[in-house]
Amino acid sequence: MSVTTDRIPEKTPDAPGEPTSATRRRGWAGDVLITVLSIVLALVVGAVLIAVADPRVQETASYFFARPLDMLQAAGSSVANAYAALFKGAIFDYGAETTTAAIRPITESLVFASPLVVAGLAVGLAFRAGLFNIGAEGQIILGAIGAAYVGFAWELPLVVHMVLALVAAMLLGGLWAGIAGFLKARTGAHEVITTIMLNYIARFLLAFLLSTTAFQRPGRNDPISPQVDSTAMLPQMLGSWSRLHLGLLVAIAAGFGVWWLLNRSTLGFKLRAVGANPFASRTAGIDVGWSTFAAMAIAGSLAGLAGAFQIIGTERSLTGGVSAGIGFDAITVALLGRGNPFGIVLAGFLFGALKAGGVTMQARTGTPIDLVFVVQSLIVLFIAAPPLVRAIFRIRAQGAGSMQVSKGWNA
Amino acid sequence: MKLELRGITKRFGSFTANDSIDLVVEPGEIHSLLGENGAGKSTLMNVLYGLLQPDEGQVVIDGERVHFDGPGDAVAAGIGMVHQHFMLVPVFTVAENVMLGYEYTKGGQFLDHAAARQQVRRLSERFGFDVDPDALVEDIPVGVQQRVEIIKALARDAKVLILDEPTAVLTPQETDELIAIMRELKQSGTSIVFITHKLREVRAVADRITVIRRGKVVGTADPGTSEAELASMMVGRTVQLTVDKQPFAPKGEVLQVEDLSVRDDLGRTVVDGVSLDVRGGEIVAIAGVQGNGQTELVEAIVGLGEDISGSIRLQGKQILGLNAKEIIDLGVGYVPEDRSHDGLIESFTVAENLVLSQHDRAPFGSGLLYHPAKVKARANELVGEFDVRTQGVEATAGSLSGGNQQKVVVAREMSRPLKLFVASQPTRGVDVGSIEFLHNRIVAERDHGSAVLLVSTELDEVLALADRIAVMYRGRVVGVVDGDTPRDVLGLMMAGVPEQDARRQAAEQGPTALTVQDEEARQ
Repeated sequence: MSVTTDRIPEKTPDAPGEPTSATRRRGWAGDVLITVLSIVLALVVGAVLIAVADPRVQETASYFFARPLDMLQAAGSSVANAYAALFKGAIFDYGAETTTAAIRPITESLVFASPLVVAGLAVGLAFRAGLFNIGAEGQIILGAIGAAYVGFAWELPLVVHMVLALVAAMLLGGLWAGIAGFLKARTGAHEVITTIMLNYIARFLLAFLLSTTAFQRPGRNDPISPQVDSTAMLPQMLGSWSRLHLGLLVAIAAGFGVWWLLNRSTLGFKLRAVGANPFASRTAGIDVGWSTFAAMAIAGSLAGLAGAFQIIGTERSLTGGVSAGIGFDAITVALLGRGNPFGIVLAGFLFGALKAGGVTMQARTGTPIDLVFVVQSLIVLFIAAPPLVRAIFRIRAQGAGSMQVSKGWNA
Repeated sequence: MKLELRGITKRFGSFTANDSIDLVVEPGEIHSLLGENGAGKSTLMNVLYGLLQPDEGQVVIDGERVHFDGPGDAVAAGIGMVHQHFMLVPVFTVAENVMLGYEYTKGGQFLDHAAARQQVRRLSERFGFDVDPDALVEDIPVGVQQRVEIIKALARDAKVLILDEPTAVLTPQETDELIAIMRELKQSGTSIVFITHKLREVRAVADRITVIRRGKVVGTADPGTSEAELASMMVGRTVQLTVDKQPFAPKGEVLQVEDLSVRDDLGRTVVDGVSLDVRGGEIVAIAGVQGNGQTELVEAIVGLGEDISGSIRLQGKQILGLNAKEIIDLGVGYVPEDRSHDGLIESFTVAENLVLSQHDRAPFGSGLLYHPAKVKARANELVGEFDVRTQGVEATAGSLSGGNQQKVVVAREMSRPLKLFVASQPTRGVDVGSIEFLHNRIVAERDHGSAVLLVSTELDEVLALADRIAVMYRGRVVGVVDGDTPRDVLGLMMAGVPEQDARRQAAEQGPTALTVQDEEARQ
């Protein structure tokens, strides 16, 4: 039946511009570049806002055309003062009198960062599994409830108490997110809707619990729980001058754990597969529903850890404001970290530093802490619009798609 | 109208999609643009239709240089395009679709439906389209929808009509009708640019053929050129068009499907009482036009369907009710028809895709542990064995060409011992060179003793591979015939005509535009 058979080994026309591992690396480097530039841009816009809001700048602006230098000086000094205060509050207070006072800011940043990191991992892990976990806030609340209850209601020996409090937090957080995972797997209910609703339920469940005798501190009428026993507290790592607790190491370990799960475990392979293409995963015999549930449950337990850090790391008692918006900041952290566990850890540190620094900035220069929120939001806004950042810095597109072939900005 | 493209060059970054392409379409000419997927045909047509701006070169109409900023300019200049995927609103009537965007009005603001209907009737009668202007587009067959697209272009005074892979969705009979329409249009002076990769149709209808390879014109040919010559121009090397295949030696029955019915989400019966056997060592092909229940039948067999009744047995064991993983573990390999949707994860690496269904079995996984090094080692073997052209096993599957993506899917499915190999449209969107390779692998799997169930809407493929052919129409098996059944008989059966009637009708009608080539080949 055959007609011709001679085969000439020749390359068939393949798709152009195939990314090699080198171009993939360059793509990753491009991500980092865009992220750094976004932070720079956000700080620049923040600087403009600081200057505009400064009363002395406003005053000098009224005679700008007579003596323009006045205004420029005023603007310069207001920005410099505010960012200097931000730095002193976040990293190193170079004007402080003692060494501990000078390095205390960075430990404060790390204290703020710890719950942000684990909550960011909760959002990022779910994201890799194709799920938008908007419910970290509710999962944190449930985790906090669990850690607090174990902490103040049970009497246990030193290490056991703390570990059990952490486990309780992870279980409750995982259960809470698991509800959303189960609903998605069984009924197709969208996790964005269900997790948002579960946030409300969690918030009011907390309010309700704090009004019950089991949770309300004896002798108090306001919604606050008893303090957890000192046996349940996460140990302070640097002594009494700093609030830095073991949670930081737990958070970093969680970052490694999530990396391992995603890249070195069969479960992680399934999660990533379902996240990237549920149809192909199903065809390959992967149980999509179960993966969805597992991803949410694991994510929830990570967020639960953040709740535990709040209680047995810093706050000691459960109040209505225990989650402190960490669950929402976590979404931003996960975006900034681009779903990469180590990226999320770094993003968590940055946001922790901004939080700690923002407080100092407000106290010392009167620049409202809201500016920090604006800067945080701008960072993410710029990251979400890479073409905008590239246009501003005149960088050419980095290997996006097979049609645009990468030429780095200095290559 | 004479249309010329002079030295069209279009670059995307450092990649040149079109490299100084010259193309002249004479008035009243059917000019076929032949090339593999990714050769640059679509880019060129998008330049011509104003969707892309060329980096160099010019479009010249009747000796005058023109510039198109968008499709609107191209339409105004008399260029019409029928896309592969129709641009119609299903809930609108034919007349409404035709006037969409170019509404006929009366009194300034009011739609003039009567004028639109009149226009559709006029064009329909003139070219023998047989289209009812008041029918809803969702109610008419695909072939008629395509005519609506052509009417749309003609209603806007197209002098040059670009048909992008127009036969991909048609039955052989509809293809014949389209060829008749193309000739009719040619008679009236309309030029046609006919884009395709089907050599048989090119030879049946084209006046001139331009072959494009890797963005360059590699030659022109006249319709007398043989298929083998055209194929080698397209691919750049000699290609074996037929499959070298030993007579089949069937063994025991592997797959027995009995009285299988499948209902879709809306409760409609899409597979209706199908019975079918496939023996070890034979290839049974399911022929039929897209959407006649083949997809649902196959999904039922591999454990992905829902709402199924009847019986499916694999070597005597009932597998209806088992899930996809259990069926995979029983030794069933499956190549889904939509590669990028169901077959691959494009953002995953080639290596990961090669173990998609095996990642948690030894040696790639044990318990919770996943072993990337072993996956990579296996991937390197398979990439070599299946000739996957990739930068490496760590490149993403999305970076591969269609043919190489399909090799990854086939390699994955064939890399373990199989009892049954199910392949749906295994060569859709695959370059000629890879088709050759994939066909040989499928025959090798048969010779190895596996039962092979092939689903294909391409009659060429069915005829090249099948030992027996089951023709499906509206969810039923019209008949099961031998692998050497004539093309026109199969074509009629694909339109629902029972085997005996089909043979009689085919004998009465005599050769059609497409079958006449078979006769030539035989002589």
